[in-house]
Amino acid sequence: MISETLIDLSRFQFAMTAMYHFIFVPLTIGLAFLLAIMESVYVLTGKEVYKDMVLFWGKLFGINFAIGVATGLTMEFQFGTNWSYYSHYVGDVFGAPLAIEGLMAFFLESTFIGLFFFGWDRLSKRQHLAVTWLVAIGSNLSALWILVANGWMQNPIGAEFNYETMRMEVTDFAALIFNPVAQVKFVHTVAAGYVTGSIFVLAISSWYLLKKRDMGFARRSFAIAAAFGLASILSVIVLGDESGYEIGDVQKTKLAAIEAEWHTEEAPAAFTLIGLPNMKTHTTDYAIKIPYAMGIIATRSLDTEVTGIKDLMDQHEVRIRNGMVAYERLAVLRAGDRSAENVALFDEVKQDLGYGLLLKKYTENIADATEEQIKQATADTIPHVPSIFWAFRFMVGAGFLMLLLFVLAFWASTKHNQEHKPWLLKFALFSLPLPWVGVQTGWYVAEVGRQPWSIGEVLPTYLSASSLTTADVLGSIITIAAIYTVLIIIEMFLMIRFARKGPSCLHTGRYHFEQNTTKNV
Amino acid sequence: MFDYETLKLIWWVLVGVLLIGFALTDGFDLGAVILLPFVGKTDSERRVVLNTMGPHWEGNQVWLVTAAGALFAAWPIVYAASFSGFYWAMLIVLFALFTRPLGFDYRSKIDNPNWRSRWDWTLCVGSFVPSLVFGVAFGNLFLGVPFMLDDTMRITYTGGFWGLLNPFGILAGLVSVAMLTTHGATWLMMRTDQQIFQRSRSAVQLFAIVFLITFIGAGLWLWLGIQGYSVTSMINFNGPIDPLSKIVEQNNPGWMANYTQYPIMRIAPIVGIVGGVLALLAATINRSALAFLGSSLMIVGALCTAGFALFPFLMPSSIDPASSLTMWDAVSSHKTLGIMFVAAAIFVPLILIYTLWSYIKMWGTVKVADIEGNQHDLY
Repeated sequence: MISETLIDLSRFQFAMTAMYHFIFVPLTIGLAFLLAIMESVYVLTGKEVYKDMVLFWGKLFGINFAIGVATGLTMEFQFGTNWSYYSHYVGDVFGAPLAIEGLMAFFLESTFIGLFFFGWDRLSKRQHLAVTWLVAIGSNLSALWILVANGWMQNPIGAEFNYETMRMEVTDFAALIFNPVAQVKFVHTVAAGYVTGSIFVLAISSWYLLKKRDMGFARRSFAIAAAFGLASILSVIVLGDESGYEIGDVQKTKLAAIEAEWHTEEAPAAFTLIGLPNMKTHTTDYAIKIPYAMGIIATRSLDTEVTGIKDLMDQHEVRIRNGMVAYERLAVLRAGDRSAENVALFDEVKQDLGYGLLLKKYTENIADATEEQIKQATADTIPHVPSIFWAFRFMVGAGFLMLLLFVLAFWASTKHNQEHKPWLLKFALFSLPLPWVGVQTGWYVAEVGRQPWSIGEVLPTYLSASSLTTADVLGSIITIAAIYTVLIIIEMFLMIRFARKGPSCLHTGRYHFEQNTTKNV
Repeated sequence: MFDYETLKLIWWVLVGVLLIGFALTDGFDLGAVILLPFVGKTDSERRVVLNTMGPHWEGNQVWLVTAAGALFAAWPIVYAASFSGFYWAMLIVLFALFTRPLGFDYRSKIDNPNWRSRWDWTLCVGSFVPSLVFGVAFGNLFLGVPFMLDDTMRITYTGGFWGLLNPFGILAGLVSVAMLTTHGATWLMMRTDQQIFQRSRSAVQLFAIVFLITFIGAGLWLWLGIQGYSVTSMINFNGPIDPLSKIVEQNNPGWMANYTQYPIMRIAPIVGIVGGVLALLAATINRSALAFLGSSLMIVGALCTAGFALFPFLMPSSIDPASSLTMWDAVSSHKTLGIMFVAAAIFVPLILIYTLWSYIKMWGTVKVADIEGNQHDLY
C-alpha cells in the first residue's frame, strides 16, 4: 500500500509545488508593503511621480500576484489530495489556522486588491491609500497564520493525542498561536519578503539608471527600496530564526545538522564555517572552524551546550523503545479495553508514540521490532546533514551579500549619487536572484531539517501520505510540472516586457518611450 | 459556550453557508466567463464582460479557499477522504482554476488578437470545468463513494476517476453548469447594456429552462431510482468521534426520508424551482435585478435541497457503509469547533460588510465606450 517510492514521489510533488509557490509569495509580501509606502508618500506630498510609482510597480505586482494566487490553490488542495492521513491526524489542530487565514487575511487581501487596481477613479485619495494598506496588512496576516500552522509542524505544542479518535486535538489554542517557533519564523519570513520586494525594485530601478532612462522615477524608487531593504535585511539577520533552534527536539536536531555538530562539544562550541559533512562516518572533512562562534550564535550564551547528533540519536533510540510500548498500549485501548488503568498506562508513554510510529516503515508489528529495525529507525531520525549544512550556508551568504548591497545603496541614495556609481547599479542589478536563493535554501533547511517528521515528534512523514498509486502521483507530478513550466514562461514574458518598458507602459506621456529624447522627470 | 451537539449542527450550517457563498459570488463569475466568448463578439465587448467582474473575482474566489479551509478545520477526515478519493477530479478542478487568475490578469496586458482570443477560450473552458466537476462530485455523494476506513482511520479509496462520470453524476454536473451559467448571465444583464445585455438575456432564458429540467429530473431520479443511506444505530451526539462505531444501511428511499420526516425542508426544492422560474420570467420582461434574485434563489434552493437530502451524511461509503462520514462523527474536537465558531462569528460579518462596500463602490453599467476610452488601467 504505502511504498517508499510513493512517499518519495509525494514529497517531491509537495516540495516542487511549495517551492514554486514561494517564488511569488515573498515578492507579493514585499511589494505590497512597498506600494503602501509609495502611496503614503504620494498622499502626503501630492507628487504625481509617486502615484506613477504605485501604478507601475503595482502592474508588476499584479503579474506576480496572479500566479501566486493560482499556485497557492495547489497548496490548499494538496494536504487533502496527497497527505490525507496527515489531514485526518492533525486536521483538528492544523486546519484551524488555515481556515482562520482565509477568514481573517485572504478575504481582506483579495477583496481590496480588486479595489486597488480598479478603484482609482471611484475612491478618494485617502480611501485608496487605506485600501492599499489593507492589501499589505492582509498579505502579512496571511503569512502569520500560515507560519503558525508551519511552526506547529516544527514544534507541536498546545495539542494532545486522543486515542479515541486516533488523532491530535487542540488543548491550548493560545499556545499554538504564541508558539515561539512560529513567532520567530513569522518575523524572519515576512522580513525576507520585504527584502525580496526591495531587491526587485532596487535592481530594476538600477537598470533604468544604467540606461539613463526615467531618472527621476528610478532614483526615487531606488531610494525607497534601499531604505526599506536595509531595515528589512537587518531584521532578517538580527532576528534570524537561529534563536528558534533551541526549542523542541526537532529544532535541536535541525541545529545540529546545520552546524554538522556530530558530537556534543564543550560550551561554547566552535562554528564550522565550511567543510564536507559525511553521513557515514559522522565527521566533517576539511572543516574550517571558528572557535566559540557557534555556541554564542546558537545559544546566545557562553556556557550552554549545543547537543550533538550522536547524543540526539541516543536520546531518540530511548524514545523509540518507549514508543514501541506506547503503540502496544494504544492497541489495547483501540481494541476496546478502555479501563482507567489502561488509559493511565498509555498516558505514561504517549509522548513517545510518534517515535514508535517511525518503525512502521520497517515493520507492521511495531511492538516486535528487531534490534536491527530499531537501529534503522534511529538513524532515520537525523535528516540529511550535508545538504542542510550547505543550504544554510548559501542562505546566510546570500543574506550578507544583500546586507552589503543595501548598506552601499542606502549610503549612495542619501548622498544622491547612485546614478554616478555604475558598479553599484550593476551590483544591484545582478543581485536580483539573491533573495530567491535565500528564501528557497531557507525553506529547504526548515523543511528537510524537519525530517523524518511531518509533525515533529508526532507523525512521521512516511505515514502521512494518501494511499494513492505511484502511477497517480507520478502522473500528477508530470502534469503539474508541465503546466507550471508554461505558466512561468508566460509570467516571465510579461514581467520582462513590462519591466523593460518601464513607467512608459502607464501611457501618461511623461516617460521615456513616449518621448523622442531622453529626459529626466 | 455551546455543547458539542449544537456546535456540530452549527458547523454543518456554516460550511453550507460558505459553499452557498461560493456559489453565489464566484458562481456568477464562473458563469459569466463560461459565456464570455458567446456574449462578447468583439474584443471591446469581451473586455466589458471581464471588467464587470474585474474588481470582484479575486475576493469571490476566496469563498472557495475558505470553504476548503473550513472543511479541513471542521471536518478533517471529510476533507482528507474527498480530496484524496476524488484525486484526479480535484486536480482537474485545480488546473482549471489556474487559468482564471492568469487569464483575468494577463489577457488584456498584450494588445494582440491571437493572445487575447486564446485567453478567452482558456478562461471559458477553465470556468466550465470546475462548474461541471463540482456538480459531478456532489452527484456522486448520493450514489456513495467507494472508500473505507481501517482501524487507524487510514482511508482507502477503490474507485477511479472514470467511475465518477456515471449518468447521475453527469446529470448533477449539468444542473451545476446550468445554474451557474444562469447566474452569470443575470449578473451580466445587471452590469451591461445593448448587445451584451440582449445576449445575456437569451442565455438566462435558455439556461434557466435547462436548470429547471435537469434539477427536477435529478430530483425524480433520486426519489424513484436511487438507493439512499441511513444510520440505523443510535447516534451518540455528544460523545467522542468514531465514524466506525455506527451501523449504516442502504435503503429506499433513504434520500427522501428527511423530506418525509421534516416537511419544512420541502421548501428548499420549491425555492430552487421558484428561483429558476423567476429568473426566466424576469429576464423575459427585462428586469435584470429581479432575474439576479431569481438565479440566487435557485442556487440557494438547489444547494439546500442536496444538503437536506444527505443530512446527516456528508460522504456515504458504498463499499463499507459503516465507514460513511456524517456531520455527527466526522468532525473536529469540541474545542476546535468552538474556536472556529468564534473566528467565523467575528470575521464573516466583517467580510460581508467590506465585500458589500467594494460592490457598492464599483457598481454601475460597464459600457463599451468606457472600455474603449480606457485601454490601460482596466482588463
